[in-house]
Amino acid sequence: MFYREAGQYKTSYAADQATFPILQDRIGIGIILFVAAVIIPLFGNDFLLQAVMTPFLVFALATIGLNLLTGYTGLLSLGTGAFMGVGAYACYKLTTIFPDVNIIVWIVCSGFFSAAVGVLFGLPSLRIKGFYLAVATLAAQFFLSWCFIRVPWLYNYNVSGAIEVPQRSLFGIPVTGPNSAPVTRYLIVLTIVVVMTWLASNLIRGRIGRMWMAVRDMDIAAELIGIRLLNTKLLAFAVSSFYCGVAGAMMVFLWYGGAEADVFSINQSFTILFMVIIGGLGSLVGSFFGAALIYILPIILRFVPAELGVPLNAATVEHLTFIIVGALIIVFLIVEPHGLARLWQIAKQKLRVWPFPY
Amino acid sequence: MDVLHHIFVDPFVQMAQAPDLLVQTLWEGLVGGILYALIALGFVLIFKASGVFNFAQGIMVVFAALTLVGLHEKGVPAYLALALTILVMFGLAFSVERLMLRPLVNQPDIILFMATFGLTYFLIGLGELIFGGEPKVMIASELGLPKGSIDLNMLGGFISLQKIDIAATIIASVMVVSLAVFFQKTRIGRALRAVADSHKAALSVGISLEQIWVIVWFTAGIVALATGIMWGARSEVSFALQIIALKALPVLILGGFTSIPGAIVGGLIIGIGEKLGEFYWGPLLGSGIESWLAYFIALLFLLFRPQGLFGERIIERI
Amino acid sequence: MRAPSESDIAAGEVLLAVENVSLSFGGVKAIRDVSFDIRKGEIRAIIGPNGAGKTSMLNVINGFYTPQEGRITFRGQTRNKMRPHDAAAGGIARTFQNVALFRGMTALDNIMAGRSLKMHRGLFWQLIRFGPAMAEEVEHRLRVEEIIDFLHIQHIRKVPVGRLPYGLQKRVELGRALAMEPDLLLLDEPMAGMNLEEKEDMSRFVLDVNQHYGTTIALIEHDMGVVMDLSDRVVVLDYGQKIADGTPDEVKKNQAVIDAYLGVAH
Repeated sequence: MFYREAGQYKTSYAADQATFPILQDRIGIGIILFVAAVIIPLFGNDFLLQAVMTPFLVFALATIGLNLLTGYTGLLSLGTGAFMGVGAYACYKLTTIFPDVNIIVWIVCSGFFSAAVGVLFGLPSLRIKGFYLAVATLAAQFFLSWCFIRVPWLYNYNVSGAIEVPQRSLFGIPVTGPNSAPVTRYLIVLTIVVVMTWLASNLIRGRIGRMWMAVRDMDIAAELIGIRLLNTKLLAFAVSSFYCGVAGAMMVFLWYGGAEADVFSINQSFTILFMVIIGGLGSLVGSFFGAALIYILPIILRFVPAELGVPLNAATVEHLTFIIVGALIIVFLIVEPHGLARLWQIAKQKLRVWPFPY
Repeated sequence: MDVLHHIFVDPFVQMAQAPDLLVQTLWEGLVGGILYALIALGFVLIFKASGVFNFAQGIMVVFAALTLVGLHEKGVPAYLALALTILVMFGLAFSVERLMLRPLVNQPDIILFMATFGLTYFLIGLGELIFGGEPKVMIASELGLPKGSIDLNMLGGFISLQKIDIAATIIASVMVVSLAVFFQKTRIGRALRAVADSHKAALSVGISLEQIWVIVWFTAGIVALATGIMWGARSEVSFALQIIALKALPVLILGGFTSIPGAIVGGLIIGIGEKLGEFYWGPLLGSGIESWLAYFIALLFLLFRPQGLFGERIIERI
Repeated sequence: MRAPSESDIAAGEVLLAVENVSLSFGGVKAIRDVSFDIRKGEIRAIIGPNGAGKTSMLNVINGFYTPQEGRITFRGQTRNKMRPHDAAAGGIARTFQNVALFRGMTALDNIMAGRSLKMHRGLFWQLIRFGPAMAEEVEHRLRVEEIIDFLHIQHIRKVPVGRLPYGLQKRVELGRALAMEPDLLLLDEPMAGMNLEEKEDMSRFVLDVNQHYGTTIALIEHDMGVVMDLSDRVVVLDYGQKIADGTPDEVKKNQAVIDAYLGVAH
């Protein structure tokens, strides 16, 4: 009854192509942004900000990154973790070599480094398709993981082999390092994620997005309408890796506060891939759903049974998470191959015709 | 120039000067390669018969080995545990067909591929929940597998061959030959090949897809169990193995996804290639290159021959 | 606008010529030493029994297959092989025997994708999607809407094409090809699997495209009635070889063609 588009006429193609053509959607997104930017920082405790919201947003950004490549362009990548790592290490090197430049600038710039690495490892996609390409990205994953350990220059020859985030300030307020407040870091992450999500949504609705999807749906036909496959695929690798790189830099600088090579292992790649699958291949909204489900599920498992008087130890929670996530993936692929995003669409459709069934 | 010398001259000089070391390295590579080949074989079986790229093959190896050792720890005699594990693998094959493959029939390959990701995670969680996450020792001697090593005096030094490696080589060969015979000579084998060629055509001549799928997944499970025993006996039974199992992917790329001989040859090339690379060229880069060398070998190879060693040239139609 | 008459075409300028083209896959010869030309403004039919090499011929023309021998001259430029991108950029568009649409995209996006080559705003503007990028998007949307009107598919604009019935998919595919504003349009069995009414509609569209936009058309079709009615000239392939070439009437009387279709022993 409230979610109706009747009476909302579009009088220009520009209006028809707006980000949120339906008024209720615009109101909804406004409320979500208000809650995220005002309510949560004002009333949320440190745990919510630091251990729930910040990681969720970081994962969501990485998931969007992989979704651009796998969901929109149809190129399967198992190297997301490594591309995130490139961003994190690039940011670390940049801020230790040029400490005076604003850290936010470096976090965003680090994306360019992982974009370059992404393009390099995307080059084989000219000749290789499908599963074969997944192996090329595995080469990237294992080679880069190896670099993160074997090239001490990357972590400034620290004895521990880890990178530790130095303190950096913005307008005199510490934003990274141990003295920064969770709320500051959360707000920075939120801003970056919102802006980059908006840019991604612009991109996929324009010429480049259509070219990506054309390559995904039928590469031969795409080539015959004049799309250059290699350029298009490499651009997807570049943009996707850029997003993953920024997510990786944020993960270390605004969430963990330090990291070892381990963080960017193949397991991280799989985690992000699962977020993409569960959220929905080729859906930006789904990326948020997927990240929320897979990241927040273990937290719920840790706290809810304890509240109910059945405390589970950490190991059991981890194992249960694996089982549930695994089963969820299979169930989702069977019931709804388009993931949570599709369920969301169905729900919206139901809402639109409510109280009638159709 | 110095670098070129280190890359193109030094390693070969070393090989010529110490042939015993070279042979030892080749042997290690061969055994490693056989284990890769066995995992790849599991992939090939399932891919041939159902077109599913079974990412979970690696974890099936771990799961089978864990079940075996876990049952033995609970006091089940070794051979009974082996029999029970085979039963468990059948149960797994049956449930996979019933709960995963059947509802997903006619979905695009990529969807099935991703479903096996889910299966992987499920099995990891289940295995750890039941048997715990810590590494276990394979019950090799209880199963009658040999221990110790044979030292051969030759080539101006001596070469040490682990007996378990020799046993692994023999068992692997027997398994490959019997699978080949099974595929070529039996009625089920013919049905399998028919399904591999075309699901629809096979259905139309009255072959039951469900039955075939259970059989191949079960066969792959047994191959996984054998792999798990061998691998476990060489090192230990742990979940770290599933990362190593990913190396079956480059093996498959070399050998082609549907060729059993391809899996064997690919496995040997990767196994030997990475051991030689690690031993002779690794020090140049600071060692540990074994972790990614296999993927690069495969990648290089793909650029020149995208269809694999034994694969047929793909003609794209539209 | 007036349709070019037969005499116009006979005298007309050659838009595309294939000379002595041979194509084989391993041991299988798909095309053997075939030459023919397509003149500006005509509707040129390529016919022949199944497996005669018709689709392979189209694939050679727009660069998807590389012939082992022969030359292709397009707009006066001769080369040994076409590249798909050059073909598209040069104005060759194509529809496919088994509809090759982008199934996950809407009808509108499919047709918009056909304009990829004509849109030029780069990554930066695409990210911002404001000002010049939006202006470009709207400008091309206008052209696409004209095509949508022309093909009468307004009602399915925003439906993912995977969900459309076959006949409409064929229309969307034609729309995507038209969005490229081609000089030469290759249609691979545009009426396969259609009922009479749909065939009539499609024939009308083909004629309209030819006359309204002046697009040269090469089409493969099995329905002889359609071929004889629509085309200006017909080339007949059998077992990869050209066995006849001429006006529909000439071809109809050709003994080799009658043999090929009725199956005389070779």
